[in-house]
Amino acid sequence: MLELKGIHKYYNPGTLNEMCLFQDFNLSVDQGEFVSVVGSNGSGKTSMLNIICGSIPVEAGSISINGTDITKAKEFVRNRKIGRVFQNPAVGTCPSMTILENMSLADNKGKLYGLSRGINKARKAYYQEQLRQLGLGLEDKMNVKVGSLSGGQRQAMALLMSTMTPIEFLILDEHTAALDPKTAQLIMELTDKIVKEKKLTTIMVTHNLRYAIEYGSRILMMHQGECILDKKGVEKEQVQTEDILKLFNEISIECGN
Amino acid sequence: MDMFISVLEQGLIYGILSLGLYITYKILDFPDLTVDGSFPLGAAVTATLITKGVNPYLTLPIAFAVGVAAGICTGLIHVKCKVRDLLSGIIMMTALWSINLYIAGTANVPIFSQSTIFKNEMLERFIPQAIQPYMTVLIILAVSLICKILLDLYLSTKSGFLLRAVGDNHMLVTSLAKDQGNVKILGLAIANGLVSLAGCIFCQEQRVFEISMGTGAMVIGLASVIIGTSLLKKIEFLSMTTKVLVGAIIYKACVAIAIRKFEPQSMKLITAVLFLIILIISMERKKKVKIDA
Repeated sequence: MLELKGIHKYYNPGTLNEMCLFQDFNLSVDQGEFVSVVGSNGSGKTSMLNIICGSIPVEAGSISINGTDITKAKEFVRNRKIGRVFQNPAVGTCPSMTILENMSLADNKGKLYGLSRGINKARKAYYQEQLRQLGLGLEDKMNVKVGSLSGGQRQAMALLMSTMTPIEFLILDEHTAALDPKTAQLIMELTDKIVKEKKLTTIMVTHNLRYAIEYGSRILMMHQGECILDKKGVEKEQVQTEDILKLFNEISIECGN
Repeated sequence: MDMFISVLEQGLIYGILSLGLYITYKILDFPDLTVDGSFPLGAAVTATLITKGVNPYLTLPIAFAVGVAAGICTGLIHVKCKVRDLLSGIIMMTALWSINLYIAGTANVPIFSQSTIFKNEMLERFIPQAIQPYMTVLIILAVSLICKILLDLYLSTKSGFLLRAVGDNHMLVTSLAKDQGNVKILGLAIANGLVSLAGCIFCQEQRVFEISMGTGAMVIGLASVIIGTSLLKKIEFLSMTTKVLVGAIIYKACVAIAIRKFEPQSMKLITAVLFLIILIISMERKKKVKIDA
C-alpha cells in the first residue's frame, strides 16, 4: 500500500514567485489498484508522481510504502520497488546501446552491477520472447541501437524494461502522450496486460479521458493540488466520459478559461 | 624511419591518455579538465619513485592508482558538492599543479641515469641486441594494447554497461535503482587512472618530469578521440577503443609533419588550429547524420 499523508509542496519557496501546489494532500493506494489520474495542466499530477518517486522533495508530509516511511529515501533507492515510464520515449532506454544490451541492463535491476559479462546469452531467447509479444518485430533487431528506433518502439521497450524485474509499483507518466493514436492504443493494451499479469499496483497519469475510464480500477481527477473526484470499483465503472468532460469544463470556467 | 617510430611512440602514449578521455568525453559526456593535472601527476609520482630507486614497472600500477584518486576527487566535487562538470575539473587541475610540485619537489626532475621500464638491466640481459632499438615502441605498444583490451572487456561487463548508460541517459540509471553519481565517479576514476598511467610512461620515455607537461594534454586527447571516432566512423570492424588509439597516432603524425615546416614555438598554435579543423570536419559529419535520420 502506498500512502501520502499531509503533503505540502511549494515551488520557488521564499521568492516572489512562490507557489503552493499541495497543501495537506492525502492519498492512499491499495495493493493491486490501477489508478488513472486525469486533470488539467498544472493540477499537480506529474508533481504527485515525482513526489512518490522522490524526484522532487516535499516541504512537509510523509510518504510510505507498506507502512515503511520512505520520505527521506533517495530516488534511486525508491526505484528498487518502483518502475516508471515517462512521457518522453527517450528517457526509458539507452539510445547508444543495442536492444539486447538495453534488455540485459534492465534485467539486472536490483542485482549487483559487477564485473560479470553484461550480456547473458542464455537469457537472449527470453528477451526475444518478451519482445515478440509487442508485435513490432523488435525480436529480430537485437543488435540494432535503440536510438534508431521510433518513439513507439522505444516506449514499448521502456514499458517492458521497467516491468521486467519484480517491482511493486508501476508509475506511468502520460506514457502514451507522445505517440500516434494507433501506437498509443497498442502501448495501452500492453500496459493493461502487463499490469494484470504481474498484479502491479499502478498509477497512470493521462490526458486521454477514454483510457482513464476504460482502464484501471480507480479514477482520480486532480485540480489545483486537490483530488476533486475519486471513484473506485463499481462506482468507477459507472463513470462516463461525459461526466468527466463536464467536470473538466466546470473547473476550466472556474479558472476563467 | 626514426620519425615514424617516434610518432608511433608518442601517439600510443597519448593513445592511452585518449582512452581515458574517451571515457569522460564520449561515454560520460563530461568535459574533464582534470586531465591537464592528472597527466603530470602520473609523471611526478613516477619521477619521484624512480629517483628513490623503486622498480620502474611498479610505477605503472602506482601511477594508475594515483590517477584514480584524482578522478575520484573530481567526481566527488561534481557529484557531492554539485559543482558544474567543467568547473570541478578546473578546480582539480589547479590544485594538482601544486600537488605535483609537492610530489616532485621541483618543477623539473630529470631521470636520465635511472633505469626505466624501457631501459634496465633485466631488458639488457634478456632481450637480443637486434631488438633493443625498438624496445621502447614495443613496450609502449604492449601497454597501450593491454589498456585497450582491458577497457573493452570492462565496457562489456554489467558495471561497464551502467557506465555507458549514465552518459547516455542518466535517468535510466536512476530507474535501475543505481546512484548515478557513483557511476560517474567510477568513470572519472578509471579515466584519470589511464591519463596518469600515460603520464607515467611519457615521463619514462622522455626521461624527465616537467611541471608544464600537462598543459594542453586534454586538447591533444580530445583531438585524438574526435579524429578516431569521426574520421574512422565508417570502419565498422574496428572497436571504438582501437579507433581512439589510431586517432592519437594520426594526430601525432599531423603535428610531426606540421612542426617540420614551422618553428618550434608555433607548436601550440598548430595544435589549436589542427583541433579546430578536426572539430569542423567532425561537426559537418554530425549534421549529415541528422539529415539522414
